[in-house]
Amino acid sequence: MSAPLLPEGAPLAATLAAALVLGVGFGFALERAGLGSARKVVAQFYWRDLAVLKVLFSALVTAMLGVFWLSRFGLLDLAAVHVPETFVGPQLAGGVLFGAGLIVAGLCPGTACVSAATGRIDGVFVLLGIFSGMFLTGLILRKFERFYTSTAHGAWILPELFDVPYGAVVAAVVVLALAAFAVAERIERGAR
Amino acid sequence: MSAPRTPRAYADPYVAGVALGLVLLAAFVLVGRGLGASGAFASTAAGTVALVAPDQAAASPLFAHYLGEPGPWLEWLSVELIGVAIGAWLSAKLAGRVRVEIERPETLAPARRLALAFGGGVMMAAGAVLARGCTSGQALTGGALLGVGGWLFLGVAFAAAYVFASLLRKVWS
Repeated sequence: MSAPLLPEGAPLAATLAAALVLGVGFGFALERAGLGSARKVVAQFYWRDLAVLKVLFSALVTAMLGVFWLSRFGLLDLAAVHVPETFVGPQLAGGVLFGAGLIVAGLCPGTACVSAATGRIDGVFVLLGIFSGMFLTGLILRKFERFYTSTAHGAWILPELFDVPYGAVVAAVVVLALAAFAVAERIERGAR
Repeated sequence: MSAPRTPRAYADPYVAGVALGLVLLAAFVLVGRGLGASGAFASTAAGTVALVAPDQAAASPLFAHYLGEPGPWLEWLSVELIGVAIGAWLSAKLAGRVRVEIERPETLAPARRLALAFGGGVMMAAGAVLARGCTSGQALTGGALLGVGGWLFLGVAFAAAYVFASLLRKVWS
C-alpha cells in the first residue's frame, strides 16, 4: 500500500465522499473540545483557558509525527501530499488581519461553523461576515495583485529554510509543543 | 427527543487535539491534502460571482482560482465544511449542548455582539485570502507539514490576536 490512497486524479465522487467523512470527524473533534464557543476561544488570548493552544498543538504534533513515521516506513509518499504554499509578505499582512479579526469575531472560520451548527447566532453572523468578506476581497484583489503574488516560495518547508534534516525539525516541534503545554498548565493554575 | 438538562463538560483538550490530529493524518493518507475552512467560502463566493458577472469572476485572482475543474460548486473544502457542520451538530446533540443563543459576555449587547461577529468575519476573510488559508488550512495543515508559510501565519496571527485582545479587553471582559 502506498498512500495517498486517492491522489490527484482519483474519481471525484470518492474524494468528495472522503471530504464529507473527514469533515464530520473534524467538526466532532472541535465541538468536543469546546472550540465552538467564542468565549472559550477568546479566553486563550486573556490567558484564562488555553484550550486553543493545547488542541491546536496536540493535533499538529499528532499529524506531524504520523506523516513523518508513515513516510519513513514507505507507507506515505510525502511528495504527493500538498503542502500549503508560502507567500512571505501576504502571509505576514494576512496573519495580522486574521488575528485581529479573530478577536473581533471571537471565532475562526472552522470554529464559527461549529458554533453556527450548534445553534449559536453569533457563529452564523461570523459565517455571513466571512462570506461577505470573500466577495469584497475577491472583487478588489486585482488592484493588489502585485502584492498578493509577491514573495512566492511555493511548497517551502522548514527543513529547507534551516537546511537541517526533516526529522530534526520534527523533534524540535515536539520539544516546543511539550514546553508550551508545560507553560500553559502553569498559567492556567495561576489564573484559577 | 429532549436534550439532557445539564450540558456535559467539554472533553480534555489534549484528547480532543490528538483525535483532531488523527483526522488530519487520515486526510493526508486518504487524499494527500489537509483540512481547511476559508476556502469553502472563497469558492462559494467565486461560484456566485461567476453566475452574476462571469467577467468579474474570471478577472479576479481569487475567484479565477476556483473556476477550473471541477468548478466552484464541487470544491473539496465546501463538502468538507458541510461535514464539519454535521459532525459538530452530532457531537453537541449527544452532549446536550445544542442551544439557540447569542453567545456573549453579559456586558456586551446582543446587537453589538452580532455586529462584531460580522465585522470580524469580514476581516478574517481578507486575512485568509492573503495568507492562502486560515487556522485550519495554513496554521494546522501547513504547520503539521512543516510549511514555512503555515508557521509564519500561525506565529503572526497568534501575536496579532494577543495585541488586539489587549485593545479589546472591554469587549470580552
